[in-house]
Amino acid sequence: MTARPSPATAGGDGPSGRGNTRVGVITFPGTLDDRDTQRAVRLAGAEAVPLWHRDKDLKQVDAVVLPGGFSYGDYLRAGAISRFSPVMETVIEQARAGMPVLGICNGFQVLTETHLLPGAMLRNNHLHFICRDQKLRVENANTSWTAEYEAGQEISIPLKNIDGRYVADERTLDMLEAEGRVAFRYLDTNPNGSLRDIAGITNEAGNVVGLMPHPEHAVEPLIGSGRTDGLGFFTSILKKLVNA
Amino acid sequence: MARVVVDVMLKPEILDPQGQAVQRALPRLGFEGIADVRQGKRFELEVEGPVDDAALARIREMAETFLANTVIEDFTVRVDS
Amino acid sequence: MTLDTVKHATETPDIDQPWAELGLKQDEYERVREILGRRPTGAELAMYSVMWSEHCSYKSSKVHLKQFGEKAPQSDALLVGIGENAGVVDVGQGYAVTFKVESHNHPSYVEPYQGAATGVGGIVRDIIAMGARPIAVVDPLRFGAADHPDTKRVLPGVVSGIGGYGNCLGLPNIGGETVFDACYQGNPLVNAGAIGVMRHEDIHLAKASGSGNKVILYGARTGGDGIGGASILASETFDEAKPSKRPAVQVGDPFQEKLLIECTLEAFAEKLVVGIQDLGAAGLSCATSELASNGSGGMRVELDDVPLRDSTLSPEEILMSESQERMCAVVEPSKVERFLAICEKWDVTATVIGEVTDGDRLEIFWHGEMIVDVDPRTVAHDGPVYERPYARPAWQDALQADDANKLARPADADELRAQVLRLVSSPNQASKSWITGQYDHFVQGNTVLAQPEDSGMIRIDEDTNLGVAIATDGNGRFTKLDPYTGAQLALAEAYRNVAATGAKPLAVSDCLNFGSPEDPAVMWQFAEAIRGLADGCLEMGTPVTGGNVSLYNQTGEAAIHPTPVVAVLGVIDDISRRTPIAFADEGHLIYLLGDTKEELGGSAWSQVVHDHLGGLPPAVDLGREKLLAEILISASRDGMVDAAHDLSDGGLIQALVESCLRGGKGARIVVPDGVDPFVLLFSESAGRAIVAVPRSEELRFNDMCGARGLPTTRIGVIDGTEIDIQGQFSIPLSELKVAHEETIPAILA
Repeated sequence: MTARPSPATAGGDGPSGRGNTRVGVITFPGTLDDRDTQRAVRLAGAEAVPLWHRDKDLKQVDAVVLPGGFSYGDYLRAGAISRFSPVMETVIEQARAGMPVLGICNGFQVLTETHLLPGAMLRNNHLHFICRDQKLRVENANTSWTAEYEAGQEISIPLKNIDGRYVADERTLDMLEAEGRVAFRYLDTNPNGSLRDIAGITNEAGNVVGLMPHPEHAVEPLIGSGRTDGLGFFTSILKKLVNA
Repeated sequence: MARVVVDVMLKPEILDPQGQAVQRALPRLGFEGIADVRQGKRFELEVEGPVDDAALARIREMAETFLANTVIEDFTVRVDS
Repeated sequence: MTLDTVKHATETPDIDQPWAELGLKQDEYERVREILGRRPTGAELAMYSVMWSEHCSYKSSKVHLKQFGEKAPQSDALLVGIGENAGVVDVGQGYAVTFKVESHNHPSYVEPYQGAATGVGGIVRDIIAMGARPIAVVDPLRFGAADHPDTKRVLPGVVSGIGGYGNCLGLPNIGGETVFDACYQGNPLVNAGAIGVMRHEDIHLAKASGSGNKVILYGARTGGDGIGGASILASETFDEAKPSKRPAVQVGDPFQEKLLIECTLEAFAEKLVVGIQDLGAAGLSCATSELASNGSGGMRVELDDVPLRDSTLSPEEILMSESQERMCAVVEPSKVERFLAICEKWDVTATVIGEVTDGDRLEIFWHGEMIVDVDPRTVAHDGPVYERPYARPAWQDALQADDANKLARPADADELRAQVLRLVSSPNQASKSWITGQYDHFVQGNTVLAQPEDSGMIRIDEDTNLGVAIATDGNGRFTKLDPYTGAQLALAEAYRNVAATGAKPLAVSDCLNFGSPEDPAVMWQFAEAIRGLADGCLEMGTPVTGGNVSLYNQTGEAAIHPTPVVAVLGVIDDISRRTPIAFADEGHLIYLLGDTKEELGGSAWSQVVHDHLGGLPPAVDLGREKLLAEILISASRDGMVDAAHDLSDGGLIQALVESCLRGGKGARIVVPDGVDPFVLLFSESAGRAIVAVPRSEELRFNDMCGARGLPTTRIGVIDGTEIDIQGQFSIPLSELKVAHEETIPAILA
């Protein structure tokens, strides 16, 4: 379990020097977890900035989260249509320049469609939507979004998807393993047939992270799974940005 | 082995949300002039033995009862040469 | 074909019209002619036929449903009552909550995935149409025998459909139930419930007022979906139709609906909407006639302006189409531009199709010619009303005389143990996590409790911790044995489930699923159930805010068990006081609240062990239910209990197993002196719950129960890794877990 930092110490001046750290949360048509993600960002002590898919302007945020949902109904392929939205042009550009970007579930799918992260997500091997609390191991605690955790730490956060089976070719998988870019792995049971139990990955620089489970649904003790294991994602980014 | 292809499409009167979403996205990506998009499923069946009338009849039955949901979908069966 | 205009209809009074094919009776057709003073046009005939169908007009049920109004208890909580899209309840702090349950039974049998999906879509649009943001859904389901081959077709399709639609909308699915019984073979019940929340000042109603205001149709384009569906799909019994003869079903587009929610709420927030109506059964016929008849003026509609998916549709088909994901709003002219801009922002097609007029007529034009000229009230509200004959069936006495208390009971402790395992692994008592695990219950980040808890609970204010709870219950077996008592038992159970989680029950909605109203025995069940529910709601002080009736759930002569599903909505001031079912803390004491009598009629035990249905259902004491609820709520608020679970199907043993498995802890149970262990474990007496009381609170808890006169029995303690019924048997949790959790996946996976 990660201790919940007090917002007063967690916040502080962002690198942009405008007071609070600003974390953008994108809404695509069909995005569902945008408000939840904004809440998680606030609970972590940062300022949540709503971003709209049609606007290229990122409103000078310090980091961006692509939340979960079914953008464009997951029609064609999950994330395939959102990937071409105007906001993503800027996100891709900024991510390459080092801005922290987190893709959760559908957001992860969008990130793979943009090729900011390798691989793709296919239909779960059992073909059903699955919603449950899922145990994970944090494999890489050096990314922008995992700094609050320790490598090897076990956390439980909700998983909910139908297209969650991570696949990539063997070479890519070997590369991810060799470079320590597997950020999270499923523990106990592999819920969807993801290759090598991969739940989430990072890019080489560690600023772009994508995962299928939902940290934003595990930030308050009374709500959802009743655990707060997911809050560390959002406090990590503060730590990273404030210390940058 | 011979290949038989079964194409399954939503019936014309049935709403196709997937096709519509794709169609709406096309102009944004600079692909103009597409009036409608409908998305379907294609099954490729590798058939053991000869593809005669009896085999095709069985495949039609399979398509009607299993591959397609004839409440909302039509299908076509053809031999892939 | 010549266009059948009003003028043409006046000039050709003697043309034969297909009123019978459209489901109208001869006298109903004559009545339409009488109202109009001429024959109806084709379009008018389409509108009347669909609006006067059983599904839309409630013509068989109306005379009984009015009891819900006549017997309504005094309640300050009711802000909007029966007759609107959904009732609205005051939950305090300026918040209002709207909730409703509807059936989508027949469509879900024809095409399980789409039938169930569009059921969710329809109920959610009802909630939006009240001005509320939808915050959760629940799904009470009934299927045929679990091992019947058709159940394997229907159930997975229904569950995927509910999940596929609801998950994509971003609505947590927090409750509901799944029941198997051979009586639902061929007539599965797929009921869908939804809750929405808004501020008091945001309540919107379905009415078109203000001459000159524009009528805007927005959402999906209109296609040939489910034409005549309302009258044909929802009202007639299925024959053994060949697949090719099945009627076209509606296909849902949850993505479109999600956009519709966001766009509608944004329009509400900017106060752009005068009146609003969703398009469900009967499509534009219903929306235009209801909006117009509830408003102050008339309405003029240009049907040519309706955006079509299929350009070959005739005006009659456009009026009857049940294409999903459409809404109709009435907007002042100065605000139309802004309304359309919001729709454009959300990629939602929106078109002005008409306007509110000074008169009192609904006039619809096609290619410049008038094809409908009616008084909208005659379409929407003056449908036929039937006093269907009803009579207590001759078999009722024999059924009640077939006493379940006389069935063979377990001979010894070993047999008792074996029957416990059979019970908890039976399809009805087994864990439904294979089903509920396919529904998102986390989305929106406000879910406090979800199934398998006693009620679903959602936080509605992050600052004050205000929350609402909902439970749905219905027991067709009890209702078959005694419809009056069965309906009250459904109410009592849902009320108790809400209270068990710590919330105060406020109001009721219902979904009444019955067989054919043309059968006097079914009509008697229906009349008795409504009388029971209305009397019960009066006594409990919980008004019925609205509901839904589904008739003709029968195949040939065989009707389903009468199945009134009752939804109770409750409020909790502080969600941190919520009570879960889990027995999680060793050493805490287990108390049984209420009286256990020898009541096995209709019980799960009688079904599982003897495949028996007979005798009388458990007796109802609504006064006791209220007292029990008050105790449960007070105990939750004051921290005297840390777990509670209502006792219903499967009795005490079922509740113990569920609470122990949920918390991962065992229980040591002492059978009180002079009590028959079999009766203690399996009886389904109403008005009971089990609670876990910390030792430090025992005295205070007992004092409270004693002072208020609620009988309590300390029956044991949370302890160990097995359920140990002392002097009888013990079963390890690991064995119970396998028995309870592997049944449903084994049948369906």
